[in-house]
Amino acid sequence: MTDTKTRIPGRTPHGDAHPHGVVLNDAVPVRHPGRWVGAAIIVLVLAITAQSLITNPRFHWDLVGTYLLDTLVVQGIGWTLILTVSSMVIAIALAIMLAFMRQSENPLFRYVSWVWVWFFRGTPVYTQLVFWGLVATLYPKIIIGVPFGPEWFSMDTQTVVNATVAAILGLGLNESAYLAEIFRAGLKSVDNGQMEAAEALGMRRSKIMWRIILPQAMRVIVPPTGNETIGMLKTTSLVLAVPFTYDLTFVTNTIANRIYQPIPLLIVAAFWYLLVTSVLMVGQFYIERHFGKGVDNLTKAPVKPAAVAAAVAHAHNPAAPADPEPAAPTSEGGTTP
Amino acid sequence: MTTTATGTPGRAGTDPLVRIEGVHKFFGEHHVLRGIDMTVQPGEVSVIIGPSGSGKSTLLRCINLLETISAGRIQVREDLIGYKEVNGRLHDLSTKAIANQRREIGMVFQRFNLFPHKTALANIMEAPTQVKRKSKTAARTAALELLDRVGLAERANHYPSQLSGGQQQRVAIARALAMEPELMLFDEPTSALDPELVGDVLNVMKDLAKSGMTMIVVTHEIGFAREVGDTLTFMDGGVVVETGNPRQIIANPQHARTKEFLSRVL
Repeated sequence: MTDTKTRIPGRTPHGDAHPHGVVLNDAVPVRHPGRWVGAAIIVLVLAITAQSLITNPRFHWDLVGTYLLDTLVVQGIGWTLILTVSSMVIAIALAIMLAFMRQSENPLFRYVSWVWVWFFRGTPVYTQLVFWGLVATLYPKIIIGVPFGPEWFSMDTQTVVNATVAAILGLGLNESAYLAEIFRAGLKSVDNGQMEAAEALGMRRSKIMWRIILPQAMRVIVPPTGNETIGMLKTTSLVLAVPFTYDLTFVTNTIANRIYQPIPLLIVAAFWYLLVTSVLMVGQFYIERHFGKGVDNLTKAPVKPAAVAAAVAHAHNPAAPADPEPAAPTSEGGTTP
Repeated sequence: MTTTATGTPGRAGTDPLVRIEGVHKFFGEHHVLRGIDMTVQPGEVSVIIGPSGSGKSTLLRCINLLETISAGRIQVREDLIGYKEVNGRLHDLSTKAIANQRREIGMVFQRFNLFPHKTALANIMEAPTQVKRKSKTAARTAALELLDRVGLAERANHYPSQLSGGQQQRVAIARALAMEPELMLFDEPTSALDPELVGDVLNVMKDLAKSGMTMIVVTHEIGFAREVGDTLTFMDGGVVVETGNPRQIIANPQHARTKEFLSRVL
């Protein structure tokens, strides 16, 4: 078995013949005794934790089980998700606009974008939420008309900016300022040559931003935006400032106060936040994979061999009467002298 | 200082496609172009050489408005690049008008600048579908023909990162040609390539020249200038030092600076 192969001195040849007839190096790996010690410590800590979780009656796992799928709790998850998703949608839409404005050639746009970020990032989200809750007190009626002139239309602010809307606006506008900076960083990360190449093709700036720059920037934008989304999931617990009282944290708190058992309800809330976060992380994985096309994710675009073959055949045998000599291909746009 | 192309008989009487007159360019205090005059006839291959920092790339970028000129004027056909003239005064063009002028001028960059998130085919289809509003089917057919012309038909569905530098540059040439430009600008198209890949790109450019395309090529490939060029322009320090028939200049440079430069690159 080894008679046809060369033995490398000092190395043990691998038992099996490699398909290419190469004797692979069979080196002794470096030993890592520290890792075994570390693993043992971790197992010990986990065992202690598990034991305490199981044996400590004050965790009240029975109550955790009772309230995990309580109607109010499930509705609380629903509201928390609605707040998270709506405020993030608003924030992302605003952030794209703000980031584009900040990169614009129009100084007015740049200035407005800067001031927006300065204000909404510079004041606490709690303060902003309280403010949106008080908008109806500040402006009881929304009036559309000419300043100091006739009034065309008016309605009660309370009906437009109710607690839900106030919570979503408060969270969304505040988040837009942070996201705008993330998007700006993403746009700046794209090589300047991309803009030049697209400009040289005669593309307009808005189109270049949407079709060339932003899709590439998304590679950089998605991870921190996922981070912000997961952060937002937890930030929604601040909406009691509005006050908005249906979200997961408020509901579990209310139940805890009613039954004088804060710990099991904290576990219920933590369990759901963790579960939703995990689902969001799965979504982020797929979004990252989508925008990594051609850079991180090198699977080829779906090939349609028939279409390619047809077009190649067409190119080799053009229907138009052209010089068949391959050395002088038909001019695609050259001015014929 | 300027002499128009004489190596292209039958074209002598026609109007030049590109007319560059008294162009200056400042980057802040830095005077990069110091009064450039140059003309390019339709179908002419005009090669510009010169040491780095001589302003040759800047001049090329000015023709496509990637840089704005500080003084002088550049005309491509009847279009005054970057401006419109009203009652003897220049007015800046709107971004829309600038985009329209650029559609007629293709540009190939030293670093290819393909769109990395799009396949070779999608790179070529992008401008025809998005700028010219061609149908996807028509754009795809044209793009595949162009890919075949640059010898890369079977690479249509590869992303740029899956292509070699030479292949990327050929896709970039196809992408520029997809807009059916009147004029092609090449900004050191082979300078970022491994030596063995240069030939493929130059061959595509030679075929293009044979097909009658008007080309301005900034390059260090003296062989290409000699073989394909109709005119050779040597720039140094922001001025045109010498211009004329490439074979004559390369064999017998008239200026000491040209002589010195050629002796270093040949």
